[in-house]
Amino acid sequence: MANYSSNQFKNGMKVMIDGDPCSMVDVEFVKPGKGQAFTRVRLRNLLTGRIWERTFKSNESAESADVMDIDMEYLYNDGDMWHFMDPNSFEQVAADKNAVADADKWLKEQDKCVVTLWNDNPISVTPPNFVELEVTETDPGLKGDTAQGGSKPATLSTGAVVRVPLFIEQGETLRIDTRTGEYVSRANG
Amino acid sequence: MQQDLWRPNASIENLRARARVLAQIRSFFAEQDVLEVETPVLSKCAVSDPFLDSLEVSFGFQPGIEDERLYLQTSPEYALKRLLAAGSGDIYSMAKVFRNGEFGRRHNPEFTMLEWYRLGFDDRQLMAEVAALVRTVVPELSVQYLSYAELFERELGLDPHQASLQQLQQVCREHVDAPFEDDDRDTWLNLLMSHVLEPRLHGAVFIHSYPASMAALAQVRDDEQGRQVAARFELFVDGVELANGYHELTDAAEQARRLQADQQQRAALGLPQRPLEQRLVEALEAGLPECAGVALGVDRLVMLALGVDSLDQVVSFMHERA
Repeated sequence: MANYSSNQFKNGMKVMIDGDPCSMVDVEFVKPGKGQAFTRVRLRNLLTGRIWERTFKSNESAESADVMDIDMEYLYNDGDMWHFMDPNSFEQVAADKNAVADADKWLKEQDKCVVTLWNDNPISVTPPNFVELEVTETDPGLKGDTAQGGSKPATLSTGAVVRVPLFIEQGETLRIDTRTGEYVSRANG
Repeated sequence: MQQDLWRPNASIENLRARARVLAQIRSFFAEQDVLEVETPVLSKCAVSDPFLDSLEVSFGFQPGIEDERLYLQTSPEYALKRLLAAGSGDIYSMAKVFRNGEFGRRHNPEFTMLEWYRLGFDDRQLMAEVAALVRTVVPELSVQYLSYAELFERELGLDPHQASLQQLQQVCREHVDAPFEDDDRDTWLNLLMSHVLEPRLHGAVFIHSYPASMAALAQVRDDEQGRQVAARFELFVDGVELANGYHELTDAAEQARRLQADQQQRAALGLPQRPLEQRLVEALEAGLPECAGVALGVDRLVMLALGVDSLDQVVSFMHERA
């Protein structure tokens, strides 16, 4: 694996830190008036999600991590593992609960998502920013209440529970922002 | 996503404000009768400081003849001191300087440096003049003065002159994730300063009386406790370094020794060996008048005047667009 010198560091670079693959979130050059320069890097541990800052000397280096983000299609869950396919190569990978984590509640079969591979193994799954899911259970809608007003919980086909406006009915398809977990609108058509 | 890269990154309005600050600086020095001079940006010699990297330029005469290697200057200091030794009197330069590999929110590989020298001044008198200049641009600024030791003692309960390498390392690691090893005390002091203490400096603060090991080209003297300190100061405004000044070293033999020491440290760090400025030593031998000098980052002063927090708002075209 290649090594990056601290003066080559830039945002988005993937490196190995203490044995874990990490992504550089923010890279800042710090230079005292006289003396050695430092590079302060905000890192995200790609296995645990932890974000913290580490400082490197000017001549220090870090080993690059073999991490790739690949657009994949979600196929199915076999009860234990989540299966994805690269639509270009038709190669399939299986991700475990650790890798899928919270993405689980937004995954609908055939949806596209980003699977992060480290040494060819899935370590995280990022759902699309917006997904369209059907309401499987919610209290009956209130007629005429289409303006502002209260909200109520609705269970979606993936099992996720989101707050929706009172007028939403069971069986409707909703557009959800997966980054916030919030209802956006009724899906078109 | 990067669109319109032909455009300046700063607004035209900010560039107008920048021009006004430059005019205020020039009128400040005109009133004080300090002479504006220009010095070579390209020189046969390079800065000796191991932690500054000069950009190399190949100067070609004609095919078949080997190019001459020249260096873009990281500051006008050497040339200004040669002028002082030649009898220029009080002088200033406001011009571009170049530093290889320096880039960030508050760094650009080329930037505008204001550097000036006052005959008969010491570091304290020069600090007062720096404050006066900054106030012409930012009138409401209040200024504090703290020694390096006072700052470390107040904030960390640490004596920066006496603390051992192990103590410095330990205190550093309580505050900063920096698992590397380094047996130079100054590295840890610099790390504490830049990562822990500078962010705690609010308003304008002059830090003075640096450890003797950080003297660079400043004189070394004894402080009230009899510790050896450098007659050097830095001005920080809201944690950002704005200026660095010295009561200047005038001893030619000591200057020659520091150049050699820098060159040896460069060799030890595997850094390029570049021609040392021996003409500076000759100028000091001829006689550099007692003086104090300071370098101030003009772009950062403009940031302060405009109340903005990144260089790209006050520089027309930053590195990516240059």
